Amino acid sequence: MASKLWATRAASYLKISFQYRGFATVIKDLKYADSHEWVKVEGNSATVGITDHAQDHLGDVVYVELPDEGAEVKQGASFGAVESVKATSDINSPISGKVVEVNTKLNDSPGLVNASPYESGWIIKVEINNADEVKSLMDPDQYSKFCEEEDAKH
Amino acid sequence: MAVSQTRNLGLPLINLLRLKGVPILQQLHLEERLLRTSSDNWCIINDGTIDPTIVMGVSGKPQELLEIESILRDDIPVIRRFTGGGTVIVDQGTIFVTFICNKDTVPGLQSYPQPIMSWSSLLYKKVFQGIGDFRLRENDYVLGDRKFGGNAQSITKNRWVHHTSFLWDYEISNMGYLKLPKRAPEYRQARDHLEFICRMKDYISRSSFIDSTIEAVGSEFLLRSAELEDAHCTLGSKFEPSSRLLRKQELGEAIFKSLTASQS
Repeated sequence: MASKLWATRAASYLKISFQYRGFATVIKDLKYADSHEWVKVEGNSATVGITDHAQDHLGDVVYVELPDEGAEVKQGASFGAVESVKATSDINSPISGKVVEVNTKLNDSPGLVNASPYESGWIIKVEINNADEVKSLMDPDQYSKFCEEEDAKH
Repeated sequence: MAVSQTRNLGLPLINLLRLKGVPILQQLHLEERLLRTSSDNWCIINDGTIDPTIVMGVSGKPQELLEIESILRDDIPVIRRFTGGGTVIVDQGTIFVTFICNKDTVPGLQSYPQPIMSWSSLLYKKVFQGIGDFRLRENDYVLGDRKFGGNAQSITKNRWVHHTSFLWDYEISNMGYLKLPKRAPEYRQARDHLEFICRMKDYISRSSFIDSTIEAVGSEFLLRSAELEDAHCTLGSKFEPSSRLLRKQELGEAIFKSLTASQS
């Protein structure tokens, strides 16, 4: 594939060994967005974070830009960012609603996003507007397949 | 001419915007607007900026990175930019090259930080072919073991920006405004700025670097010359860029923070 040739050429030039990590962890009972965020819905409350696939591809997170409590989030729109390897990367909300809590531990320990993306690395909690929005998200099996296909294309 | 046009068929289109001496804050605002509100690909080359200016990454802490008292004394502007990465001091000797692309523009490129940086390093490798020992080393552009360009990125759902400030030349005295950063690549080995960086002018002329960069970009994209007015026309008016000048009061508060931190 052109992408693998390009990646191999880059790796050879950069003199780095190229190891595929294997499949990223996916958790049951969560729903997933194609921009690699997860959401856990419990009643009209939701917890949001980024997936293991995302944290693995982003590299070591050194900073998380959190929204303010009370901010409105919209499905598919950016609400914050993570910084890793000199890059800021948008975090997009898988669900619409109002931010009721942010994970302030990430201010001092941004690496929680890498170490525990589905648990202590959660990013925001949201009071959701419309539970039906979840239907447009992927279930764990669909997301696993999506990640495999995306990695295979590049 | 007809042959080169035929060869270019199938390459993605990129708008080439050549600027000279545009203030860095204005450049950053333009980049952020184009990232967020344009759907075109852009290559911006700004040949020097008018006033010496310090530019920190999005999470930079002035008390850790800057000699604030000297900066306040000498009235040096300090900007916090929208991309990640470290701190640079830029002036007329700096050449800026920026790429703003849709995520599917470069075939096979995943829009994550390391793949984007690997792609850009291969492009710049063409520029420095036969000129110096260029490589991407721990996310820095180096000639040998000396850094000559600071690069950083911002990645959205469907687009990304990769920008570099190249040290074609620099003032030794300006480097005195920057502290040794806590987060540094291993190859730096605690070297201070003057032992760690090098001048691109020792390797290549200013015009050759710009011409070779444009040629390298032209090998991967179909170039379309653009003017600043073209860039402004495409922009959505509601968007507010986040890159900003830090107020003197903020820098003063940072001195206080560093004093209280050292006393605790």
